[in-house]
Amino acid sequence: MKSIDELILPKDYRYADDHEWAKVEEDKVRVGIDDYAQDQLQAIVYVELPEVGAQFQKGEPFGVVESVKAVVDCYMPVGGEITAVNTALVDSPQLVNESPYEEGWMIDVKPTDLSEMDTLYTSELIKEEILKRMEEGK
Amino acid sequence: MKEIGGTTGLVLNELLLWEKGGNGRCGFSMPRRDVESSPIDEGLVGSVPDFPELSEVDVVRHYTRLSQWNYGVDTGMYPLGSCTMKYNPKINEKYASLPGFAGAHPFLPPSMVQGALKLMYDLERFLSEITGMDATTLQPAAGAQGELTGTMLIYAFLRNKGDHRSKFLIPDTAHGTNPASVSLCGFHPIPVESNEDGILSPEAVAKVMDEDVAGILVTNPNTLGLFEENLREISEIVHGKGGLVYCDGANMNAVMGIVEMGKIGVDVMHLNLHKTFSTPHGGGGPGSGPVCVKKHLEPLLPVPRIVQVEGTYRLSYDYPQSIGKVHGFYGNFGVMIKAYGYIMSMGPENLKRASQLAVLNANYIKESLKTVFNLPYDRVCMHECVFSDKKQNVYKITTLDMAKRLIDCGFHPPTIYFPLVVPGAIMVEPTETESKETLDEFIETCKAIANEAKENPDLLHEAPKNSKVRRLDEVAAARQPCLID
Amino acid sequence: MRYLPHTDDDISAMLKVVGMGSLEELFSTIPEDCRKRESLKLPDPLSEWELNRHMASLAATMATMPDYKVFVGAGSYEHFIPSSVLSLLGRSEFVTSYTPYQPEVSQGTLQGIFEYQTLICRLLGMEVANASMYDGASALAEALLMGARITKKKKVAISRLIHPHYREVVKTYLWPTGYEILELPYSEGGKTDLSALDGMTELAAIAIQSPNFFGCIEDLAALREKASEREAMSIVSFTEALAYGLLKNPGSYEADIVCGEGQSLGIPQSFGGPSLGIFASRMKYVRSMPGRLVGKTVDMAGKRGFVLTLATREQHIRRERATSNICTNQGLCALGAAMYMASLGKRGLRELAKLNYDKAEYLKRRLKEAGFKIGFDSPTFNEFVVEFPSNFKATYERLFDQKIVAGLALASYYPELANHYLIGVTETKTKEDIDILVKGIGS
Repeated sequence: MKSIDELILPKDYRYADDHEWAKVEEDKVRVGIDDYAQDQLQAIVYVELPEVGAQFQKGEPFGVVESVKAVVDCYMPVGGEITAVNTALVDSPQLVNESPYEEGWMIDVKPTDLSEMDTLYTSELIKEEILKRMEEGK
Repeated sequence: MKEIGGTTGLVLNELLLWEKGGNGRCGFSMPRRDVESSPIDEGLVGSVPDFPELSEVDVVRHYTRLSQWNYGVDTGMYPLGSCTMKYNPKINEKYASLPGFAGAHPFLPPSMVQGALKLMYDLERFLSEITGMDATTLQPAAGAQGELTGTMLIYAFLRNKGDHRSKFLIPDTAHGTNPASVSLCGFHPIPVESNEDGILSPEAVAKVMDEDVAGILVTNPNTLGLFEENLREISEIVHGKGGLVYCDGANMNAVMGIVEMGKIGVDVMHLNLHKTFSTPHGGGGPGSGPVCVKKHLEPLLPVPRIVQVEGTYRLSYDYPQSIGKVHGFYGNFGVMIKAYGYIMSMGPENLKRASQLAVLNANYIKESLKTVFNLPYDRVCMHECVFSDKKQNVYKITTLDMAKRLIDCGFHPPTIYFPLVVPGAIMVEPTETESKETLDEFIETCKAIANEAKENPDLLHEAPKNSKVRRLDEVAAARQPCLID
Repeated sequence: MRYLPHTDDDISAMLKVVGMGSLEELFSTIPEDCRKRESLKLPDPLSEWELNRHMASLAATMATMPDYKVFVGAGSYEHFIPSSVLSLLGRSEFVTSYTPYQPEVSQGTLQGIFEYQTLICRLLGMEVANASMYDGASALAEALLMGARITKKKKVAISRLIHPHYREVVKTYLWPTGYEILELPYSEGGKTDLSALDGMTELAAIAIQSPNFFGCIEDLAALREKASEREAMSIVSFTEALAYGLLKNPGSYEADIVCGEGQSLGIPQSFGGPSLGIFASRMKYVRSMPGRLVGKTVDMAGKRGFVLTLATREQHIRRERATSNICTNQGLCALGAAMYMASLGKRGLRELAKLNYDKAEYLKRRLKEAGFKIGFDSPTFNEFVVEFPSNFKATYERLFDQKIVAGLALASYYPELANHYLIGVTETKTKEDIDILVKGIGS
């Protein structure tokens, strides 16, 4: 497992409680899971993604990420309609490990309310949260 | 490290079945054809399944070699926590294969199967007596099916009273089957945290117990190997709000003849004959998961029930409140025979003695290793004790590394990473059939491994080396599943 | 007691290490009011030799081969089992091991189950088979639940010609889930009347058994068509696995799930259990499947090996959202089935299946000649329905004295079929046995 200083948490991304990241790109928000989440899960073997066109509210589960011995739900950092999913993950789930912020992206969302982005953690704040969790021994 | 018997040996290679054999071979003695061939509509006939063609010798050698890559209780100590890997008496295997039992058709008229019915009838009563409950069904084929049956009895009991509840309490130390079983019954599992002593507190249960909770599913003794001391009080809280108490009796091996579950508020519980009652696990099954209940749940038990009138036994379906059937016939009868044989061989005193010695063995290991491994709950334990890898983590050694190193040293590893409340858990259940010498060897080996963790961690990272295969690539297996050839 | 190795010296030395004065003291954390006061009321222990005699006396009351000729199938079939299979299956390395959680010391079980999965897929024409379910009945219940999971619909249709006990188990399993079960009637020919599906909508799955409870071979192509039209899963159940040594398998009709009883594949009848729940499906549904799966992989040295895989479906990881609560299965029976299939080989399998078919056809012919009415005219495998005169019950019971069981009376399962009996024949019955049966029935 990575130490707090080894974790990559880019400044131009926003982060949710459950370690999804969100990044505004023109009129859409791109979503994936952060470096901490992929590191905790270890080798990811399967990613389940929603159908394009599906609608979700902020906080609703949109997909599932599985490692050999763990399975976690992924929750919408912002509500909206799914406009695209990263189909490359079907055959290459390891992209989430290798490149969580670029090639390992999961979904594109057309947000219902872009201001929901403001409720998410900044890079500095999520780092503090992670540190807190590490110290609690979890 | 001290040399221990049986750690190295002859490991023969063996191909897959279909990589062997030759066209036209057959390992089966074909019965003589004494009737003429009858025509069959060609449209119904399929192509012949592509089975390998092997002689009897081919088959015998194939499986003999495969068997040699397995570790069993007969090979050595198998301290798999929560699984009660005690010795499986040979004689019971013979009883199950007696032609009268093994060859019996389940639809024979009752007059032709009196022996089987008597055996089941008596076994039901033995199990009721051992648990202190009022009635038993032998139908569930394994513990998880017992859980499903038991939860369904609770569901049915409440439904009959017009009481529709949606939740079920599950402690955080529960077996994974527990939440899965209640969920199959349509209940939503509500977690209950155990306290700093590793057991449930009445307060924690009271906090989540309400009129929408159908019951609580408690493993007792629990998966930390601790007796749920407050169960009686907890039962009162649950009953007070109209719920029922289910006890997962997977760990009954600790308390036979010592605790009367029926007395402490348990309404329904299951047993695992393949744990407590010495029947073998067969590399994954078959098991048998009888369910024992108090009087008020008896009318709901699965049918058929065995009834006896003046020494004659028959199967009766005449129980209008029954939840129905959970097995195609009457359950895993062959497993019941072995458990019956075990109880008849042991008798009341030895069953109690077995529990006492199982608990003695676990405490002996706990005391002998608690300075070597971290012991999160340092209390008198029941049949098993749970350590963690906290002390070894400093050397970048994990529970998995130590488990694999144990394999090189001739032991089957304990249960690892369970229960979930202990990170890096090492759950040791020696059972009563291990002698003091074997326990001492195990303890010495664990100490030596803890030392290696410090001195020579690579030895652990690379373990096992003496097994048929080294550590396997589970990631590749899951990413690109190859499930048939 | 020979299973308990502790000497008095061992016990006192160990008690000293744990700091206790007596064995009783180990239980001091158990509150007084939870204790059992009296000793257990169980029979006194028997020596091995006494118990041998007792068990022999119980077993002696049972009516079994070779003394008895039992012409009953109905979900449990008397087939010859090679001694080599029984002997191999008795190897303690297979018998006394646990679920293969530590693959490095469980390659025997793991390779054995991988081979089982492969052979089952070849037998049924499917793409993936799990490591076993409890029995044919619970396998069907789990198949229906899986169908509902995949289609997210809440109604299932099941044929009335599925084994009555299986339907009972399905009813029990589905009862608390709120899924609705619709029953499909049967037609005069002894096959499921699939036209009854016409009014049915919103079906998650349609299940039929082939050969069905009357022994009749169902129209699996029609099932496929009806299921496709409704976007429902097509489920094929079976009780006599040997049939697929001869018949076109469900996979060739593109069944979505095939589940059934594998007892015929070398597993003793044992009064109904342990037997073998077979469960197979299409690879695209693998993540919705219940039960364990073994997969092929390599070890760190590049050597072939086998592991339990896709475990995230299972209860120990996914807990309440698992695809099933099953943990312990019927692994040893699955291994036995693989041994049996390997012993038969493809030619042996076909020959044996055809022999079974021919023996049943011979009996059918003989009964017809003797003037009895065959209940249904669809082709059958191994068993079929015969209608006897209304006074047959007396004959049936009289035949017990000749150690013959002449089939299973159907009236308690199908009230409309009074005097109808389901008669089964396998390779264990000789022509002479069959002739004696026919003579007995006619007398």
